Amino acid sequence: MMLKKVLILIAVLPVLALLAYALTLDPRAIPSPLVGRQAGDFSLSLFDGGQFTLVDQRGKVVVMNVWSSWCIPACYNEAPALEAAWQRYRGREVVVVGVNYQDRDAAAREFLARFRHTFPNGPDVGSKIAIEYGVRGVPETFFIDRDGRLVHRHVGEISFPILVQHIEQLLQGTGGT
Amino acid sequence: VRGHRREVEKEREHRQDAYPCAHDMRERGKRRLWRRGSARCGWLMVLGLVGLVMIGFIPLALGAAASDLEAQVREVASQLRCPVCQGLSVADSPSELANEMRTLVREQLQQGKTSAEVLDYFAQRYGEWILLAPPKRGFNLVIWVLPFVLLPIGAAAVYLGARRWVRSPPAGESPPPRLDSPYAERLQRELDSYQ
Repeated sequence: MMLKKVLILIAVLPVLALLAYALTLDPRAIPSPLVGRQAGDFSLSLFDGGQFTLVDQRGKVVVMNVWSSWCIPACYNEAPALEAAWQRYRGREVVVVGVNYQDRDAAAREFLARFRHTFPNGPDVGSKIAIEYGVRGVPETFFIDRDGRLVHRHVGEISFPILVQHIEQLLQGTGGT
Repeated sequence: VRGHRREVEKEREHRQDAYPCAHDMRERGKRRLWRRGSARCGWLMVLGLVGLVMIGFIPLALGAAASDLEAQVREVASQLRCPVCQGLSVADSPSELANEMRTLVREQLQQGKTSAEVLDYFAQRYGEWILLAPPKRGFNLVIWVLPFVLLPIGAAAVYLGARRWVRSPPAGESPPPRLDSPYAERLQRELDSYQ
């Protein structure tokens, strides 16, 4: 009888330990093999007619946000924070860039007009940039340091304080994790 | 008249040079004989036929190459997890991202990359999570080995359990459960009252 109890305990304990370990993990911190590596270069044809190329931004901190107009409510919730961060840091060698993922042109432009986004934004044709950065869904935000190294990836809605925290870390050269 | 004849001669020479086979056939038609001179025409006809047959095979060959490529695309895509789906491979998912990923797989295979290199390209960006079958190395080996370890243990447990169940006496042969006396007396009384 005692042996039976011990056997049940041996079977149940590892499962409980696994569940307890999973509770300690942050579901937004999806491991990416790209963090710590040189960020993949990309070029974006902007909605306003300009062109954005990552390699031209060397020496600046780049905040790349992947969004869609159909991503409700996360993309709508974070949109004002991105514009606010852009307004706050645009004069300090920081670039915010929006990558519009799998969207209709009219809907994307309407979104930009609604939130009065003034930072560069363009459509990701063929989802090439999303695949290059291993995007699993929208929104996702990537932080790239002055040397073009991908330092942090934020999955899901991002807030203004988190944006400020990572940008400040990158401006101070301490990196964000 | 002489001038006209010269013109006709010139025209005939030109035709003979430009269309030797047609000339030979005309000549043959006139003589109704297979002469040595028409061997040139025969060779040209054979070459022409071979050419026609080869042209006929081009679409078939292209089709075969395309279906080979598509089979390879499907084979690679079926090993990749669709990032925006629940439990679907890139090959099976109707999502737009999966479609773009299939296009990328096709492009890379056309560039001469091997299936392993294409899978590695995606693993470099999404991590090993993107591979539906985890690579057989490191901690992943547990997943591959554990079923083979657990299977005999499970089989032994089932065997021992079944043997014990077979050996235990059938329920019918066990003595009837004894009732507590107050209930037994009451039951007996009620049974008696029915008789």
